[in-house]
Amino acid sequence: MKILVAIKPVPNPDEKVKIKGDGSGIVLDNIKMVVNPFCEIAVEEALRIKEKQGGEVVVMMVGPKVGEQQVRTALAMGADRAVLVEAGTDLDSLAVAKVLAKVVESEKPDMVLMGKQAVDDDNNQVGQILAAVLGWPQATFASKVEFLADNRKANVTREVDGGLETIEVTLPAVVTTDLRLNEPRYASLPGIMKAKKKEVKVLELSSLGVDTAPRVKVLGYAPPKQRAGGGRVASVQELVEKLKNEAKVL
Amino acid sequence: MISDKILQGAEYLIRDVPSGDVFTPEDFTEEQRALGETTEQFLRNEVLPHVEKLENHDFILLVKLLRRFGELGLLMIDAPEEYGGLELDKTTSLVAAEKASLYGGFSTAYAAHSGIGTLPLIYYGTKEQKEKYLGKIITGEWLAAYCLTEPDSGSDALGARTSATLTPDGKYYLLNGTKQFITNGSFADLYTVFAKVDREHFTAFLVERTFPGVKPGAEEKKLGIRGSSTTQVILEDARVPAENVLGEIGKGHKIAFNVLNVGRLKLGACVVGGGKCALAEGVRYANLRKQFGVTIGTFGAIREKIADMVAALFASESVAYRVGGMVDARLATVPKGIPDYYEAYQHGIEEYSIECAVAKVFCSDVLALVADEVVQIFGGYGYTQEYPAERFYRDERINRIFEGTNEINRMLIPGTLLRRALKGELPLQEEVMAAVGRLSAARGEPSSAPFGAEKALLRNLKDAFLVLAGAAVQRFGAKVRDEQETLIALADVAIGVFSLESAVLRAEKIAASGNAGQAGLAEAAAGVFAFQAAEGAVTAARRAAFYIGEGPTLQMLLSGIRRAGRYDASGLLDAKRKLAAATLEKERYPIG
Repeated sequence: MKILVAIKPVPNPDEKVKIKGDGSGIVLDNIKMVVNPFCEIAVEEALRIKEKQGGEVVVMMVGPKVGEQQVRTALAMGADRAVLVEAGTDLDSLAVAKVLAKVVESEKPDMVLMGKQAVDDDNNQVGQILAAVLGWPQATFASKVEFLADNRKANVTREVDGGLETIEVTLPAVVTTDLRLNEPRYASLPGIMKAKKKEVKVLELSSLGVDTAPRVKVLGYAPPKQRAGGGRVASVQELVEKLKNEAKVL
Repeated sequence: MISDKILQGAEYLIRDVPSGDVFTPEDFTEEQRALGETTEQFLRNEVLPHVEKLENHDFILLVKLLRRFGELGLLMIDAPEEYGGLELDKTTSLVAAEKASLYGGFSTAYAAHSGIGTLPLIYYGTKEQKEKYLGKIITGEWLAAYCLTEPDSGSDALGARTSATLTPDGKYYLLNGTKQFITNGSFADLYTVFAKVDREHFTAFLVERTFPGVKPGAEEKKLGIRGSSTTQVILEDARVPAENVLGEIGKGHKIAFNVLNVGRLKLGACVVGGGKCALAEGVRYANLRKQFGVTIGTFGAIREKIADMVAALFASESVAYRVGGMVDARLATVPKGIPDYYEAYQHGIEEYSIECAVAKVFCSDVLALVADEVVQIFGGYGYTQEYPAERFYRDERINRIFEGTNEINRMLIPGTLLRRALKGELPLQEEVMAAVGRLSAARGEPSSAPFGAEKALLRNLKDAFLVLAGAAVQRFGAKVRDEQETLIALADVAIGVFSLESAVLRAEKIAASGNAGQAGLAEAAAGVFAFQAAEGAVTAARRAAFYIGEGPTLQMLLSGIRRAGRYDASGLLDAKRKLAAATLEKERYPIG
C-alpha cells in the first residue's frame, strides 16, 4: 500500500512563544520547530501499515524550506522519501489543501494520512478540504484504522463526542489522526543517519499552477488576557451581585 | 603532519587562536541536532516520569530503559561499522551524553556502559573478542561496567591489588580481589576488570558476570545519583579464559588511562546537560514564586544568580564541545583501515589529555555552582525533596570525584605540560622567555574592536601562566611534580584561560554568523564570564606566585600578574540583566 503523509512543522509546544509587537504573528526567531504531534501520529500509523503489508510511505509538506528539518525527522522515523512544496507560512487552509491535492494527484497513493489539526493554529480544516478537493471519502479523528476487502476499503474508528464511531470508507481516502491512534516511535540514530541519504523532492509552489490567493485573512494575534488579581467580597449577596453584573455568568 | 589549523594539545597556552578554528555547538550537523532531540524527548517522556522509582533502585526499569536506548542506536555511536556500530565522531557521543543527563542516575548508567564500559573493547579488543561481545553490548542486550577502583586504590589506580594467576594448564586466569564503586555493578553482564598478572603486570580482562567466582556486592547507599547502581565486584578465584585478556599483558594502564580521557571529556558534556536542566527548573520556579507581591524572578538578587549561571554554562558548553571538536579534527586525520588504527586513534585522543582534564574539572565545577544556586533560588523548598533542586545538589557532587578527582585532573594539567616540554614536544622554554619580556614591557590599550578587551586579557593571562610555569620550574626543578599546591594553582590559571578563550571565541563566532538575537546574548555571556574568569585566574596566579616566588622574583611575578589581570568590565551589570531577562522569558538556557 502506498501512503502519503502530510506533515506540518510547528513551534515546539514546550517552548514559550511571543506575539510580535504589531500583532501580525508569532516571533519565530530562535524558536525550535518540531513535527506537529498529530502529524507524527500519522507518520507512525503509515509506518505500521507498511511494516504489516509492505508498500511505500511518502511524506509531503507545504511550507518554507527550513521545514526540511521536520521532513527529515519523518524520514528518520522510517518514511521512504518526501516531497516538499516550497511556500511561505501565509497560506490558508484552502490553499494548503489545494497544493497537497496536486501532490496527491501526481503520487496517486492508496491513502492520505495526516494529523487532525496542527497545534499551532488549531484550524482542523486541511484534511477535510483536501478530501473535498480530491472528491475522496474522508474519515477524521481516527483512533483505529483497519483494512478490509483487499485494501479496497477501511474501517476507521473515530473519536466523537461521548464515544466512538466506526465508519467504512472506500479507498483511496483521506484519514486524519487523533491522539489515541498510536504512540509515535522516536527517530533512532541509525534512522537519522539513513534519512540523510533519502530523497526529498523540492517543488516550487509556482510550478504547480494552484491559485493560492487567501480566502481567509488573519486580522491580528493577541495573547490571552493576563489574569487580573482577585478581590474580596464581604457577603454572599455581594458575590452573587458581582457574578451577575460584573462577571455576567449568572 | 597535522594541519596548522589543528592545535596540538596544550598549544592554546602559547598561541592566539582565531575564532574560526574552534568548534562550537553552532557547528553541529543536522544529524547531531536530530540525535539530540531524540535523546531529549526520550528522557522527557520515558525517564523523567519514573524518577521516583529509579531513585528507589528500580534497576529492572533502569536496565529496560538502557535497552530501549540501545534500540534507538544510542549505544552504538562509537562502535565500528563492521560490528554493527555507527562509528560516528566524538561530538555525536557528546551530544547524546549531554541530552541523556536530564537525569543524573540514568546518565551515569549510560556513560558507564557506553563509555568506559564499551570503549576498552572497541579500542583494544581482538576480532574474536569483538565478535563475541560487541554486538550484544551495542544493542543493550548485555550491559557493561568498568572495574578499576579498589577499596584501597582510587586515585592510585596502579596500586591495585587484584591479582591474576594463570592456571597450570594455561587455559584460565584466576582473578582474586575486590573492585570498588562499580557503576552498573549489580546488573552488568560484562566487566572490564583490571588486575595484576603475577602481582606485577597490570592487565585488563573481559569478565562475564556469570563466570565462576564473580559476584557483585551489595548496593552502596550513596549521596546522589541514586538511580544508578554502584556495587563492589568481588572476584574469588574467578575463572577467566586466557583469551579474555584485553590488550597486552602488562599494558593495562594504557587502556585504563586512555579510556579515561574520553570519559573526562564526556563527563564535561554530561554536566553541561545537568546544568541546563537544573537552571531551567530554577528559572521556572523564579517565575512562579511570589514574595512581597511579585515573582522573585523580578529581583536583582535572583537575576544576578541566573545571569552568572547562564554565563558559566555558556563557557562550560563552549569548553566541552571545543575539546570534542579538537579530538574529532585530529581523529579525522587517522586513515581508517590502517592496521594499527586504534593505536593511532589513541594517540590522537591522548594528545588532548590536558584539554580533556580541563573540560572535566571546569564543567563539573560549573555544575556545582549551578546546583548550589538553584537550591538557593528555591529557598527553603530547595532543601526539601518535594522539589528537584535537592536532587540536583546531591547528584552534582560525584562529578568532582569520579573519572579522576578534580585534584588529580588539575595536577595532570601542568604535569603533562611540563613533561611534554621536557620531551621537546612543546617549545615551553622559549615561550616562557618571550612571555617574561612581554609581561614586563609597557603595553598599550587593548583594541576597541569587539572582544578586544577579552582577547588582550587572554593574551596576558597566557603570558602570566607561562611566566609562573617557568618560575616554578626554576624554583623547584624536576621536583615541581611533587609541589601539588603549586600545580593546582597553575592548573587553575590554565583552566581559566581555556574556558575564557572558548567562551570568547564562540561569542565572536556567533556574532559573525549574523544571528543578532543570539549574538547579543552570547556577547553578554562571554562578558559576564570574562569578569568571573579574570578574577579567578588572577587569584590563582597570585596564589601560585606566593608559593613559587620570594623577594624580587615574587615582586616581579606579582606586578606582572597585576598588569595581566587588568580587565575593563564596563557594562557588566547591563550584560547580566540582559542574560537574566532572556532566560526568565524562555524559562531555559537561552543560547542555542
